Amino acid sequence: MGKFLAVTIIVIAIASAIPVVMHTWEPPADISTHGHLIDSQRDDTMIEAGVSFLAAQILLAIFIWQFAGSKGGGKRKTFPGGAKGLVGAALVLVGAEVLALGAFGTKAWATVYFTPPKADAMPIQVQAGQFAFYFRYPGPDGKFGPIHPEMINEGNQNLFGLDPEHDVESRDDVVTAEMAIPVNKEVHLLMHAKDVSHSFYVPALRIHQDFVPGLDLSLHFTATQVGKYEIVCSQLCGLGHYNMRAYLEVMSQADFDDWQKKQAAAQ
Amino acid sequence: MSMKHVVMAGAVMLAASAVALAGPAGGTVSGKVTYEGTPAKMKPIDMSKEPSCAKMYTTPPVVESVVAGGGNSLENVVVYISAGAPDDAAPSSAAVFTQKGCRYIPHVLAFQVNQEIKIINDDQTSHNIHPLPKLNREWNKSQPPGTPPISEKYDKAEFIPVKCNVHPWMHGNFAVMKNSHYALTGDGGAFSLANLPPGKYTVTAWHESYGDQSQDVTITGSETKTVNFVFKAKPY
Repeated sequence: MGKFLAVTIIVIAIASAIPVVMHTWEPPADISTHGHLIDSQRDDTMIEAGVSFLAAQILLAIFIWQFAGSKGGGKRKTFPGGAKGLVGAALVLVGAEVLALGAFGTKAWATVYFTPPKADAMPIQVQAGQFAFYFRYPGPDGKFGPIHPEMINEGNQNLFGLDPEHDVESRDDVVTAEMAIPVNKEVHLLMHAKDVSHSFYVPALRIHQDFVPGLDLSLHFTATQVGKYEIVCSQLCGLGHYNMRAYLEVMSQADFDDWQKKQAAAQ
Repeated sequence: MSMKHVVMAGAVMLAASAVALAGPAGGTVSGKVTYEGTPAKMKPIDMSKEPSCAKMYTTPPVVESVVAGGGNSLENVVVYISAGAPDDAAPSSAAVFTQKGCRYIPHVLAFQVNQEIKIINDDQTSHNIHPLPKLNREWNKSQPPGTPPISEKYDKAEFIPVKCNVHPWMHGNFAVMKNSHYALTGDGGAFSLANLPPGKYTVTAWHESYGDQSQDVTITGSETKTVNFVFKAKPY
């Protein structure tokens, strides 16, 4: 019985390692300029954790196999240093692994969060609300008009609560339900939640940002490949969370200019 | 009596019996609802987050909060007798509100207190209808595609905005009426409230964006009184 358990543990450990090693389920191809740092961090983590996992499971299986079926009672083998030593060694090993991963990941984190966007990055405002994402482009004046939350009226398509009658900067703002960006141009996202917590996730862009109501979040990135990608909400936000998504279109500069003209005409 | 007298008497008797058999005497209040000024531009609706609905349209549908018809007429105005008429029992037929193409059809549904309303989901996606009353009980109900209609009713007269919790652009209205004298204007803005017994009445016209207006009218017999309403359009 014990030996069967040992074999089962080995089989499960190896079976679960195979798809990871064979890269069976890969994330979509990276279309961003910063994504490679995140991908190497992920690879480092998988290798470190994977080796530790396999080692632990194999050791466990060996001990189970060795001592299965023996009579109860009596000491068997003791780890040098006893239980205190064991716990100390575990702390040091695991602690070192976690610290190492943290140290290796600082560049990926800093590139996303501690580097300011370029001065000519294109600003786009993103509003997450139950249960849709809406986007706002500042228009030719380059300024976003003020938001008046009490004026938000979804039935009238006043999604950001703009008051173009009184606010001049709001008059040329372009509000859309799809986000379009030009390829190879840095984009600066200014994000906020209208009601509860949401999350903005584009796997191919390696962009994943939680929205906390009350916080204004800033993220910047550059997309390197033309295409249509899905933006999904990845933070449970209510009964419509499953239906909350928008589409991101990365286009050539010329196509993007056409798109923006069409959207401006529909305002 | 001559033949002429007989024929005339016969004709008078025929006319009298026709009037007597015509049913209860009733006056009519009819007219047109129009607007002056320029209404705000009705923005197109982008349904891209719901492809099963978006693909039903060749050109995107527009917001329906102001539907202007020919000759400056205003559609979707509920015209009703707000005073002077007794309350009526609800009819047994149900008023139907359909979700199709991720919109509410009709945009304004007028029905009576305690009349059954049937809410149908004719789309391939789930909806969650959420009327927002101030006087009646508030509820919202999820309705996956292919499920039976939702049956509900309201016991107080009220104008109730309706939204869908899943699709933010969906918007409609319920007009819960106390009596059977109400009409909804279509293209052309015309309305007609018939079968009004003699009396003094207040006729009210309600529009979801432009508010309501009332006029008093007196019916003495079976005449038709004309009452027109003009709303001021708002450019924003």
